[in-house]
Amino acid sequence: MTYTATMVRRNVKHSLRNPSAMVMTIALPVVLLLLFVGVFGGALRLGVAPQGEYVNYLVAGILLMTVGYGSTTTAMAVNRDMTTGVINRFRTMAVPRSSLLAGHVLGSTARTVISVVLVVGVGLLLGFRPTADPLRWLALLGLIVLLTLALTWLGVAVGLAAKTAEGTSPFVFVVQVLPFLSSAFVPPDSMSGVVRWFALHEPFTPITDTLRSLMLDMPVDSGVAAVLWCVGLALAGYIAARALFSRDPSN
Amino acid sequence: MGSAITVSGLRRSFGDKVVLDGLDLAVEEGTVFALLGPNGAGKTTVVRILSTLIRPDAGRVGVAGHDLARDPAGIRAAIGVTGQFSAVDDLLTGEENLLLMADLHRLARTDGRGRAAELLARFELTDAAGKLASTYSGGMRRRLDLAMTLVGRPKVIFLDEPTTGLDPRSRQTTWRIVRELVADGVTIFLTTQYLEEADELADRIAVLDHGAIVAVGTADELKRSIPGGHVRLRFADDAGLAAAKAIFVRGTDDAEALTLDIPGDGDVTTLRTVLDRLDGIQVTELSVHTPDLDDVFFALTKETVR
Repeated sequence: MTYTATMVRRNVKHSLRNPSAMVMTIALPVVLLLLFVGVFGGALRLGVAPQGEYVNYLVAGILLMTVGYGSTTTAMAVNRDMTTGVINRFRTMAVPRSSLLAGHVLGSTARTVISVVLVVGVGLLLGFRPTADPLRWLALLGLIVLLTLALTWLGVAVGLAAKTAEGTSPFVFVVQVLPFLSSAFVPPDSMSGVVRWFALHEPFTPITDTLRSLMLDMPVDSGVAAVLWCVGLALAGYIAARALFSRDPSN
Repeated sequence: MGSAITVSGLRRSFGDKVVLDGLDLAVEEGTVFALLGPNGAGKTTVVRILSTLIRPDAGRVGVAGHDLARDPAGIRAAIGVTGQFSAVDDLLTGEENLLLMADLHRLARTDGRGRAAELLARFELTDAAGKLASTYSGGMRRRLDLAMTLVGRPKVIFLDEPTTGLDPRSRQTTWRIVRELVADGVTIFLTTQYLEEADELADRIAVLDHGAIVAVGTADELKRSIPGGHVRLRFADDAGLAAAKAIFVRGTDDAEALTLDIPGDGDVTTLRTVLDRLDGIQVTELSVHTPDLDDVFFALTKETVR
């Protein structure tokens, strides 16, 4: 645990010294929220938001984006550790091999939770009116942490696998574009043909639906699917990351 | 004195490329051992295996009394590694990099600070201690990298081409530190392409070629082991050179420089014979050359220029 704490401290220092990462994880989701409410809010309100204002629909989607941004920052940070030889240095020391990665994941989770609080706060200023009770807020936090673990472990695996920082860009593309092909910004029912089918079957749709239902006190229909996707992705990312971390660095 | 490092029958291939083909070596405690070889000879692969980064395909390895196959963690606790590229954390200051190492070696806070300050001074980094490592010059980064390796007071240190690309001052600092460490009883295993470096630092030198050790010994032993010593005569004109060539048919001449190299180890008897046989041909300069490590290196790795 001491080792992990040391690695988390390192991660926190990195966050404070790396303004672009801070902007990416913390400010960008807020900007996105303002943009969507300001630009698309009026147009989307009628067709999209049976719950009233578009911002009520939108916040869940922005939370998803927030977690996605955080995981891409982690992918790049892990990749930097890999390519600069820092990971090899730790691997030749009597340090538990999981601690470095755990430091990245826990640091990222902390940043993401701060960002989530900020997004919900700004949302409230923009007219977001959640109706969840404390138990539902707790469930929401739980799901966000689970989603963060899932995407961050995937990000760690991508960061370890990529030969250069540019190599992480497919992952960035996936976590930043797939939300648009889900229920994050508009209901899939309004989409056409193939896109609708895709949106209804990709993981981000049940996850956003669950986040939204929890906040707006609606029946949580897709909760099981959301949790299963998150657990599955987290496990896949974790297993891949572990294997990549202890692999022969010269291959 | 026991062995700090023992290696026998070490083999490693990448795909179908055999990089190490039955390597044997032993390094005495408290000495500097230099592994010398051309690029691609497998030096870095040896360091990677000995420092537990990659596994060998076959062979036995012992480092600081721990067996690589059974107790890699024991090896990790006893060694320090500085690779070819500086593994420093750019987003931390020089001092923070050292304190991070101190934390990972579980030094108490005050001990860690003391150790960091001491190493910063020793590596001439005190003035830059509070600056981010990303602002350091190449030489400073390498020095910080080595300082980080020393935080945990390792018993065995691996230096993979520690001075490649360094400016002369940083190289001198590195050499000084290596000598100080050995004086304290630390064992140093270094790889280098610089013969001068091996000559300067190493108690024993092994020449690695095609994945196997082709020669091992002290610098003097290696120099004696190969031919290459000669007596060089310089003449005043072409006629002198031509006349001398007729006498010493085994000599190698250089018409441009008007010199003739006659093989031999340059002892007094040889010199006397040479002078007697010259018999009146005017010689403007005579010098005796003993082989240096360059000669050793090229003689032993001749066919491997790739």
